[in-house]
Amino acid sequence: MPSSEPQDERRPGLRLHVVTGKGGTGKTTVAGALALALASGGQRVLLCEVEGRQGIAQLFDVPPLPYEERSIAVASQGGEVYALAIDPESALLEYLAMYYRLGRAGKALDRFGVIDFATTIAPGVRDVLLTGKVYEAARRRTKAGDPVYDAIVLDAPPTGRIARFLNVNSEVAGLAKVGRIRRQADAIMTLMRSQRTAVHLVTLLEEMPVQETQDAIEELTAADLPVGSVIVNLQHRSPLDRAAQTKIAHGKLTPAAVVKGLAKVGVETTTATATGLLDEAKDHLARLELQEHQQKIVNGLGPPVIELPRLPDGIDLGGLYDLAHELQAQGLP
Amino acid sequence: MTGRARTQADRRRRQPSRVVPEGRLDATGLPLDVDRLLDDPEQRIVVCCGAGGVGKTTTAAALGVRAAERGRKAVVLTIDPARRLAQSMGLAMLDNTPKPVDGVSGADGGSLDAMMLDMKRTFDEVVEAHASPEKAQQILANPFYQALSSSFAGTQEYMAMEKLGQLAADAAQDGTWDLIIVDTPPSRSALDFLDAPARLASLLDGRFVRLLLAPAKGPARMFTAGFGMMTSALTKILGAQVLTDVQTFVAAFDTLFGGFRQRAEKTYALLQADGTAFVVVATPEPDALREATYFVERLTQEEMPLAGLVLNRVTVPAATELTAAEAEAAAAHLDEAAASPLAGLLRIHAELQRMTERERRLRRRFSGAHPDVPTVAVPALPTDVYDIDGLRGLGDLLADTA
Repeated sequence: MPSSEPQDERRPGLRLHVVTGKGGTGKTTVAGALALALASGGQRVLLCEVEGRQGIAQLFDVPPLPYEERSIAVASQGGEVYALAIDPESALLEYLAMYYRLGRAGKALDRFGVIDFATTIAPGVRDVLLTGKVYEAARRRTKAGDPVYDAIVLDAPPTGRIARFLNVNSEVAGLAKVGRIRRQADAIMTLMRSQRTAVHLVTLLEEMPVQETQDAIEELTAADLPVGSVIVNLQHRSPLDRAAQTKIAHGKLTPAAVVKGLAKVGVETTTATATGLLDEAKDHLARLELQEHQQKIVNGLGPPVIELPRLPDGIDLGGLYDLAHELQAQGLP
Repeated sequence: MTGRARTQADRRRRQPSRVVPEGRLDATGLPLDVDRLLDDPEQRIVVCCGAGGVGKTTTAAALGVRAAERGRKAVVLTIDPARRLAQSMGLAMLDNTPKPVDGVSGADGGSLDAMMLDMKRTFDEVVEAHASPEKAQQILANPFYQALSSSFAGTQEYMAMEKLGQLAADAAQDGTWDLIIVDTPPSRSALDFLDAPARLASLLDGRFVRLLLAPAKGPARMFTAGFGMMTSALTKILGAQVLTDVQTFVAAFDTLFGGFRQRAEKTYALLQADGTAFVVVATPEPDALREATYFVERLTQEEMPLAGLVLNRVTVPAATELTAAEAEAAAAHLDEAAASPLAGLLRIHAELQRMTERERRLRRRFSGAHPDVPTVAVPALPTDVYDIDGLRGLGDLLADTA
């Protein structure tokens, strides 16, 4: 199978974007928005998930995805996003059928519980199968010899597991020193470490996610895996300018002044309401201060930083397109 | 363990005691009385569960601090605390045994110990405790065991339950603790946490494993055509060394299997027992509440005692009289007059009001489907909780006494 590899290297067309992040940072949302952004302008993009959560189906509001590539969204100039939910059991059966014509024996393996064993206990096999399917899609060609997809976006496991997940070589090293699994792992590593791959890390401006992002960058770098961008999600943009922030923080804006100012635009309030508004603003400033502290750490991490706003009404399909535009505007992809 | 298996009748009898005082009913259902839960001497185990990133660890730690200061001898088992929180609880070192937390003590000898789970070490200890030194070494060195103990999807859950079983046994034996509070791993799904022990046991007890053991044990008739085809396929894919490794692993583990299955069953019974209470933790967001719904339904199905729901990071505006629409209209008006701080003030308020509305809708959906789940809402705090004082403050909010 590695025979077409050099050809891939000459073709800068295909890009593999791996999206990771701590749980709760919105990595699936970012992966979806990135797929839409990449598809706009007529590109064909495959969006994959590997954790059996059906997060893509929920995000795009489509029925649960099978182990089969399906068109789930369109973008400008005929661009299209396909989605695939990869599970290790199906990947293994497909793999056996493809390389060993093991139709019947594959079933036998399942009956003996081998599939379960191989995909859960056997070290690294699960990850080789999951990344192997991504690899297969990445090198698949049309009859004319062009790549089937222009880009692949992988909604990957969380930051705590990402380096180990992508670094399948070291995982299977203890297991298979020769044989097909080993060769497969080597081929996958060549793709993962190439210039065509970028691992993006989604974070919030909070202590834990930033810490995990920092740890993941160190681990990825140590494993020679290419780090792409850090994407700060759910960014809170303050409606107060610096001068206003200082004024409120120092108590220079009094409840009486607020009552008076609001009266000028026809809003009658009490001192209690004005005090409440100022308290809300002070909480807001306390949050901003924490965010700014984390922002400094994020800016110092090294990779380029991209910021995505918090959408006031949560995420729906329209919001996803907004985030896709935002990614494009800020230079990703 | 003081718990005995719970009967349906028991459950019906106990139910009303969880329904709590008047005057604290809020718009979205029954209130959860945290102090009543923590003060009940019959309550031996509190399990905090929920989706990742909802503040489970912090909630467990805050419950621990409050329980200790109300006179319990509490121990908190945490899985993956934020660094600063871990440091302030003296958990900077991952050493797998509970240590006293400085600065926390209560009336009547209340105290708090805490520990952070080291899943691999816990697994190693189980192996060391149940196999001869020679066999233990063989198991610990096997690549399959190493993968199982460090990266198997259910191992963390399994080991958290294993550690809980150990702590509960210690507590019953020498009275070191009278309340164990457990944080649960950030599972991909609720299923993992409840099912992992059984899944691991059934995997190790499965047909494949038994077949691999068979050649060593007896009749060659186990080598059916299908099995022969399978082993030759595996050898081709993985190389012959792998099958040998698997066989060594399985053979070495064989003596432990019975033990594992029994332990899994024992832990499961412990979770169903009277002295246990589950606290489901969530935030007012669709994903977290979906997960909470799932937990509530699963726990009910499995007859696990559910104490209630802790809803963290609830938006609470300080000025309630002004609606979002009014605030936005006034802000637009002010922009024309170029009065910047006031417009900003109003926009902050409008966003809070909109979030409050959205959260209220989500909470109503949850409480509509589960009206009998007692709930406590914890307001969103402007800053992180990372020290004992912060945990104490959070405890006040959890008990609604802030």
